[in-house]
Amino acid sequence: MKRWLIALLVLLLGRRRQRPLVDEDGRIVPPGGPDRRAENLVLLLFGAATVCGFAFPVIYAWDAIPNQTQFLGLALGLALAFVSAACIVIAKRLVVSEELEEEYSTTHPDDEEALEQLVDESGSRFTRKRLLVLAGAGAGTALGAALLTPAASLGPVFDVSSLYRTPWRRGIRLVDELGNAFHADDIEEATFYTAYPEHADREQMGAPLVVVRLEPAALQLPDDRRGWAPEGILAYSKICTHAGCAIALYRKPTFPAVEPEPALVCPCHYSTFNVATGGQVIFGPAGRPLPQLPLEIAGGGELRAAGNFSGPVGPSWWGVRNHGARP
Amino acid sequence: MIRGIVRYVDERSGGAPFFRKALRYVFPDHWSFLLGEVALYSFVVLVGTGIYLTLFFKPSLAPVVYHGHYLPLRGREMSEAYESTVHLSLNVKAGLLMRQTHHWAANVFVAAIVVHLLRIFFTGAFRKPRDLTYYIGLLMLTLALLEGYAGYSIVDDLLSGMGLAIGYSVLMSIPFVGANLAQLVWGGPFPGADDFESRLYIVHVLILPVVIGGLILLHLTLVAARHHTQFIGPRATEKKVVGTPTFPGYAPRSLGLAFAVGAVLFLMGGLIQINPIWQWGPYHVSQATNGAQPDWYLGWLIGALRLIPSFDVTVGNYTLVPNAFWGGAGFPLFVFLVLFMWPTLERRVTGDHAFHNLLDRPRDAPWRTAIGVAFFTWIFVVFLAGAADRMFVLFGLSYQAQIWAFRIVVWVLPVVALVVTKRVCEELLRGEVVEARRKLVEAEPA
Repeated sequence: MKRWLIALLVLLLGRRRQRPLVDEDGRIVPPGGPDRRAENLVLLLFGAATVCGFAFPVIYAWDAIPNQTQFLGLALGLALAFVSAACIVIAKRLVVSEELEEEYSTTHPDDEEALEQLVDESGSRFTRKRLLVLAGAGAGTALGAALLTPAASLGPVFDVSSLYRTPWRRGIRLVDELGNAFHADDIEEATFYTAYPEHADREQMGAPLVVVRLEPAALQLPDDRRGWAPEGILAYSKICTHAGCAIALYRKPTFPAVEPEPALVCPCHYSTFNVATGGQVIFGPAGRPLPQLPLEIAGGGELRAAGNFSGPVGPSWWGVRNHGARP
Repeated sequence: MIRGIVRYVDERSGGAPFFRKALRYVFPDHWSFLLGEVALYSFVVLVGTGIYLTLFFKPSLAPVVYHGHYLPLRGREMSEAYESTVHLSLNVKAGLLMRQTHHWAANVFVAAIVVHLLRIFFTGAFRKPRDLTYYIGLLMLTLALLEGYAGYSIVDDLLSGMGLAIGYSVLMSIPFVGANLAQLVWGGPFPGADDFESRLYIVHVLILPVVIGGLILLHLTLVAARHHTQFIGPRATEKKVVGTPTFPGYAPRSLGLAFAVGAVLFLMGGLIQINPIWQWGPYHVSQATNGAQPDWYLGWLIGALRLIPSFDVTVGNYTLVPNAFWGGAGFPLFVFLVLFMWPTLERRVTGDHAFHNLLDRPRDAPWRTAIGVAFFTWIFVVFLAGAADRMFVLFGLSYQAQIWAFRIVVWVLPVVALVVTKRVCEELLRGEVVEARRKLVEAEPA
């Protein structure tokens, strides 16, 4: 063992022969003539950098100056630029340019062999290596699992039931941003409204709706959604089923002839949902229709939910088709 | 004086031999070798400006009502995170300069890494013995993308909230475990637990920067241990590296570059507006802005998400692959898989297991160059598709028609690029042979 260590040391040291760094005159860096003009230029650049540098605190303290951010950036940026220019002049004109050679380092077969042997011989007393490695790996895995377990406290990793939940159920009133109830008469054609469930947390994907009105004759809802759109008023989840952005475009009626149907469009990836047919995807990446909320018009003309959405709200996941939306 | 310092250091560290070698360490010279340095110096600016920003930013979603002097936001409810960033931008002297410089530096940082990666790829610098250096670089690129995303997501303005919604949806879309992972990371269904903000913050300001910083050290150590690659020259060979020593030749050059990077970033930060968050307003789940574009380095993912046609892969009621997976996760995973596998693939196919200290010119390896150009063209077309809505606004081109065109072009253009590049490389090489022969013939009579 001791011998091997000495051998290793000798190999290590033997490799480090210093190559001569000094030339015949005893200089390390070759000589060169002076360059007064370059020196003057560097002085000038440092001077300019000094002026710009000092300008920064002046601008900072000068409250009345317009566009302070721009001037601050200009002062600091120019100061850095002048120092940079000075460095480059020094590198190109004032410092002796040398071209040195050096050997690319290679591998060290002797050391590699010694290392291999070292490990090999260190393990020579073990008789059941495979079993020991296996046992060690088992212990390591268990330890790793133990150390990772606390991470499960970050969130409800095994409980995805809340993904199906929305605040909507029969009878909940639709209100606007200020909490005022929507009436059927408020809803006009060719525009869209954002509605929320009354008295519910709005910062959840199940909450916001887009509400639009079509000619009742233009509706082509599936048979099981008859009566979901009283007077032609339709409500859909405002959250795109593709990537969870809020739908913020209503394509009606100014689009060219190739894109004729009134449709809701998500501004993130342009998933486009046909409002007349119950939220079917007619363009873009979304893989599921936009969930529709059944509506009813209450006594005073107020809009209310007549149930929950036609499907889970928000982006898709492995279980999105397993259940409907739940209260 | 110098003797005193040198002696002091050597007596306490025994470092004189090391420094003597380090100061005469040889740097081969080529403009393209500076790209990695640009990334390094951008990182320095990021850390410096970032530390300043942490002194003002409040990583909290607690609701507050804005009473600052920016009228359009007065009386609006918003998170402390957003409010503190608006305050930093509009009321803290030099705050906006620092924030904008930080944002620009992030964009330049990723851009420099990507261009550096292209240089490494097309000159074959990733070959043995520098494949490990290359893998570490790729890892840093992935972390830089995450870091940038985390950075503009913690602000809680409208754009950052939309970005988070997309990130959440992409995580949800991972087959079998997506919903569970998303619940774990967000602490519940989107927009998640209030803790999510402070978790994202610590990831952005501590965990990822420290990891990236450590990897930078490792990357540079490995570069130094094997020396830099070089192009072939009269004295530059596989065995010998030729170049300028650290001191006195290279240090002022590199310092000049460092200050130049700082100058450009602070000039941009002062003069070119970026992400004016007070105009976007605070994020609410029910709100989105039209024509939203992320930072450039996520454009390829937006493009991919937009190009995929409408379908979820289902087995009965089970949704095996939700649509957002393809563009948001599958595409980048595939791209990085190819980049990580490339050195191995190339070794397998060419059977070339030798050391390579000399760089190829792109033409010297026509197949690599052609495949590389095709591959990056593919990614670039996807990136352009992410800007189709802008082209609709600017030129009135129908968005849907553009997407259909892109769905075709994204497969055709790489093939064209492959064929053309291969041919160009081969012709360039052939031209060199002819030229050499001509010179030989001309030299003969003399």
